[in-house]
Amino acid sequence: MINLNIIAPEIFLFLSIATLLMIGVFKQNSYSLVLNLSFLSLIGTGFLIFLNFGINEILLESFISDPLSSFSKILILLSCLFVLFSSQRFVKDKSISKFEYPIIILLSVLGMFFMVSSNDLILFYLGLELQSLSLYILASFDRKNIKSAESGIKYFVLSALSSGLLLYGCSLLYGFTGSTNFELIKNSLNSGNIGAVFAMVFILVGLAFKISAVPFHMWTPDVYEGAPTSITSFFAIVPKVAGLVALIRFMDSPFKNILEEWQIIIIFISVASMILGAVAAIGQKNIKRLMAYSSIGHIGYILAGVATGTNSGYSSSLIYMSIYAVMNLGAFSCIYLMKKNGEYVEEISDLSGISKDRPVLAISFLIIFFSLAGIPPLGGFFAKFYVFMSVIESKMYVLATIGLLTTVISAFYYLKIIKTIYFDDNKFKLDDSRSLSVNGTLFMSCFILLTFFLYPSILNSLIYNLFG
Amino acid sequence: MSYPILSSIILIPLLGALFIIISRSKNINSTISIALFTSLVNFLLCLFLWHLFDETNAEFQFLEEKNWINGFIKFKLGIDGISILFIVLTAFITPICIISCISSVITRLKEFLISILILETFMIGVFCSLDLVIFYLFFEAGLIPMFLIIGVWGGPRRVYSAFKFFLYTLLGSVLMLVAIIAIYWITGTTDVTQIYEIKIPKEYQNLLWLAFFSSFAVKMPMWPVHTWLPDAHVEAPTAGSVILAAILLKMAGYGFIRFSIGMFPYGSAYFTPLIFILSIIAIIYTSLVALMQDDMKKLIAYSSVGHMGFVTLGIFTFTQQGIEGSMFQMLSHGLVSAALFLCVGVLYDRMRSRKISDYGGVVNYLPKFSLLFIVFALSALGLPGTSGFIGEFLVLVGAFKKSFILAILASIGVILAAAYMLWLSKRVIFGETRNSNIKSLKDINMSEGVVLSILVFMTIFFGFYPEPLINTFSLSVDNLIENYNNELDLKSLAQN
Repeated sequence: MINLNIIAPEIFLFLSIATLLMIGVFKQNSYSLVLNLSFLSLIGTGFLIFLNFGINEILLESFISDPLSSFSKILILLSCLFVLFSSQRFVKDKSISKFEYPIIILLSVLGMFFMVSSNDLILFYLGLELQSLSLYILASFDRKNIKSAESGIKYFVLSALSSGLLLYGCSLLYGFTGSTNFELIKNSLNSGNIGAVFAMVFILVGLAFKISAVPFHMWTPDVYEGAPTSITSFFAIVPKVAGLVALIRFMDSPFKNILEEWQIIIIFISVASMILGAVAAIGQKNIKRLMAYSSIGHIGYILAGVATGTNSGYSSSLIYMSIYAVMNLGAFSCIYLMKKNGEYVEEISDLSGISKDRPVLAISFLIIFFSLAGIPPLGGFFAKFYVFMSVIESKMYVLATIGLLTTVISAFYYLKIIKTIYFDDNKFKLDDSRSLSVNGTLFMSCFILLTFFLYPSILNSLIYNLFG
Repeated sequence: MSYPILSSIILIPLLGALFIIISRSKNINSTISIALFTSLVNFLLCLFLWHLFDETNAEFQFLEEKNWINGFIKFKLGIDGISILFIVLTAFITPICIISCISSVITRLKEFLISILILETFMIGVFCSLDLVIFYLFFEAGLIPMFLIIGVWGGPRRVYSAFKFFLYTLLGSVLMLVAIIAIYWITGTTDVTQIYEIKIPKEYQNLLWLAFFSSFAVKMPMWPVHTWLPDAHVEAPTAGSVILAAILLKMAGYGFIRFSIGMFPYGSAYFTPLIFILSIIAIIYTSLVALMQDDMKKLIAYSSVGHMGFVTLGIFTFTQQGIEGSMFQMLSHGLVSAALFLCVGVLYDRMRSRKISDYGGVVNYLPKFSLLFIVFALSALGLPGTSGFIGEFLVLVGAFKKSFILAILASIGVILAAAYMLWLSKRVIFGETRNSNIKSLKDINMSEGVVLSILVFMTIFFGFYPEPLINTFSLSVDNLIENYNNELDLKSLAQN
C-alpha cells in the first residue's frame, strides 16, 4: 500500500501550479490574481508539510519524508513567501509583473522540495534540474534589460556544465555501486572504492556550484548584479537552503562511510569561500555584487559546520542558514528601498549620509549589516557562535581560527557600508517609500535579529532533533 | 531570590535610551534631562549597591542566574570586590559625559545620548557577567556604539580612527572567542565560578592564555598594539574620549585579573616575563613619545598607554601590593584621564584647537580652569596627595618585591611622566600668551566647573584617604592571590 500522504505537499503544490498556469493563460491581466493565489497555495502547502512533520517514511524507496526534509521545506517555503511578499512593489515598478513570474518561482520551489526529499539519485537529479531550469528563466526575467539577459545566459551555460558534471558523478556512482538508491549506495561504499570517491568529487562539484562555494562561485556576482533585485534575493536565499540540505543528505546518507575523503574537500571549499568572500567584497561598489560576495563568505561558514561531519555540525549549519535567510531578507528589503527619483539605484555611494533624512532605514541597515558581520548581541553572532562551537567540538582549531579571522576582514566591508550611511555627507535624497510589504519584512527581520539574544536557543532543540 | 539589582543596573540605561527614542521630543534640553536623570538614578543605585556590598566576603555576591542557551550556557551575573568599583566608576563617568554635552556643541545630540546610554549598558554588563559567553557578548557589543561615537561625531580623520579601533579590537577578540568555546569543550561549562573550581588542565593553559591575552592586550592597550588608541582619542568627541580612557581601557585590566589570572594561573606565570617586557617598553617608550606630541589629546592618550603599562606590571607581580596598586591605578586613571580629556574639551570648545603651540599663558585669562588643570596634571604624574600617587607607589612596591631592575625601569617612567606633564602645563597654562585669541576666552561656566570640581575633590580625597576603595577590593584580591599560589604550589608539588 502506497501512503500518498507523505508526498501530499508536493502533489498539492503541483496541482496548484497547474491550476495557476491555466488561470494565467486563459484570463487576461491575471498577475495579481495569480500572485495572491500562489501565496495561498504556498500557505496550503506549508500546512500540509506541517501535518507531515513527525513522519519518517520512505515512499517507493526514492522519496523520503523525515523531519529534516520537512524543516527545510518549511524554511524554503517561508523564505520564498517573504521574497515574493517583499518584492511586490519592486516587480510592479520594474514592469516584470507577468503571471509567469510567481508560477516559475513555485516551480523552482517544487524542484527544491524534491531535492531535499530525494532518497535516490534519479529523483535528486530531476528535482535539481527542475529548480535550475526555473532559475535560468528567472535570472533573465527582465528580458529587455541586457544585463538580466546576460546573467540568464551566463547562469545557464555554467550551471548546465555543473549539472553535467553532477550527472556524470551520479552515473559513476551507479557504475561502481550498482544502485541509485541512497541506502544501498551507503551500504556498498567504503573508502577503498576509488571510483566511488571520484564520483563523490563530481557530485560535490555540482552541489558546490549550486550553493556558489569557491572555486565554483564565478557566476554569482554577475548573476546577482544582472538579475532583477527580487530574483537576486530569491537566489541568495532559497536555492541555497535546498543545496545545503541536499549536501547534508548526501554526506549523511550515501557518503557516510567515506567521511574522511569528503571532509578534506569540504574543509578546503569552506576555507576558500570564507577567504574569497571576505577579500573580494572589499572593492565592490555595487551593493548587489557586494551581497553576492557576502553570500559566498557566509556559505563558507555554513560549510564549516558541514565539514565536521557530526550531527551537531549539520544542525549548526542549518541554524546558520535560517538566520542567514532572515538577515538576507532584511538586507534585500533595504535594497528595495534604495530608490532615487523613482529609479532603483544599486551603488553603495547612493547611500551616503542617508542617516540624516532616513534614520529608520539607516538603523535597519546598521542592525542588518552588523549582524551579517557577526557582531554580538545581534542574531548573526549566534549563527557563527553555534557553527564554531561544533567546529571546535570536532577539534578543528585551525578551521575555527581561520574562520573567525576572516570575519574580521569581512567586518571591514560591512563597516564600509555603515560608514557610507552614517559618516559621509548627505549627497542625495532617497525617495520616501511607504510600501507596507517591504517595511513589514524589514521590521520583522530587524526585530528577529535584535531580540534573538533573549532566547538564542529557540531553534536549537528543533533543529538538533532533526538528526536522530 | 532577592531583588535583581544587577540586572536593573544593566537595564536602566537601556530603558533610558528607549525612552529617548520613543519620546520624539525635539527639545534638546528635555532630551539631556532624560539622559542625565537615567544615568544619575543608575549612579545612585550603584552607590546603594556599594553600600550593600559585603566587604568581608570574598565570594561573588548578588548572584543572578537564568537559563539562557538550552541549559548549557547560563545568563549569570554577580560581583565581587574587584568588579564593584568598576561598575560604580562606569555609572559615575556616564553622567559626567552627559553633562559635558551641555556646554559643547554637538550635532544630532539625541542619537549621541542614545549611543552613550547603550554603551553604558554594555560596559556595566562586562563587569557584572560571570559567564564567559555573556562577557564576550557585552565586551564586543560595546564596539558598535563606540564605533558610531567616533565615526559620526569625531574629528577630520574620524573614519580612519573608527575603523582602526573597530578592527583592532575585533581581531583580538575573535581569538578570545575561539578560546572561550575551547574552554567549554574542555571543562563543559563557561561559568567562571565553576571553571575556577574545575581548573583547566595545564597543557591547555598557555594557548588559552595567549588567546585571551590577544584580546586584552589590544584593549588595554599594550605596546605594540596600542596604536589605535591615540588615533581614536584624537578623533573622538570629548565625551567619547572620556569613556574610552576612563572605562573601556579598564575592561582589559579587569579581564586580566578576573580571567587570565583566575582561570590560567599556570599560563599567567609562564608568560609573566613577556608581560613585564611589554609593560616596561610601554612605560618608557610611550612616555618618550608623549613628550614629543603637539596635540594635547594625543599626549594624554600616550600617557594613558604608559599608565596602563603600570597596571599590567602590577597585576603580573602577583603580590598583594602590585594587584591592589593596579586596581587603584585603574580607578584613579579613570578619574584623572577623564578629567584631563574634559579639560582639553573645555579648551577645544573655545579655541577649536588642540595644538599645544596655539596656547600659552592661559592662567592669565582662565584662572579657575588653570587651577583645576594643574591639579589633574599633578595627579597624572603621581604627586603624593593625589590619587595617582597611591596606585603607582603600590605597583612599584610590588615590582620591587619581584625584581629590583624591574622597579628601577618602571620608576624611570614616573620621572618621564613628570617631565611631559609639567612641560605640557608649562606650555599651555603658563608662559607667554602667544595667541591673542586667548585673551578673549571666558573662564569655565557652571556645568564645567561643577564637573571638574567634583573630579578634583575625588582625586584629592582618595589621594589622602584611599581606605574606602582599598578595603572594598582587598579581600577579593587576597583571595585571588591565594588561589593563584595554591594552584602553582599544587602543580609544582605534583611535578616533584
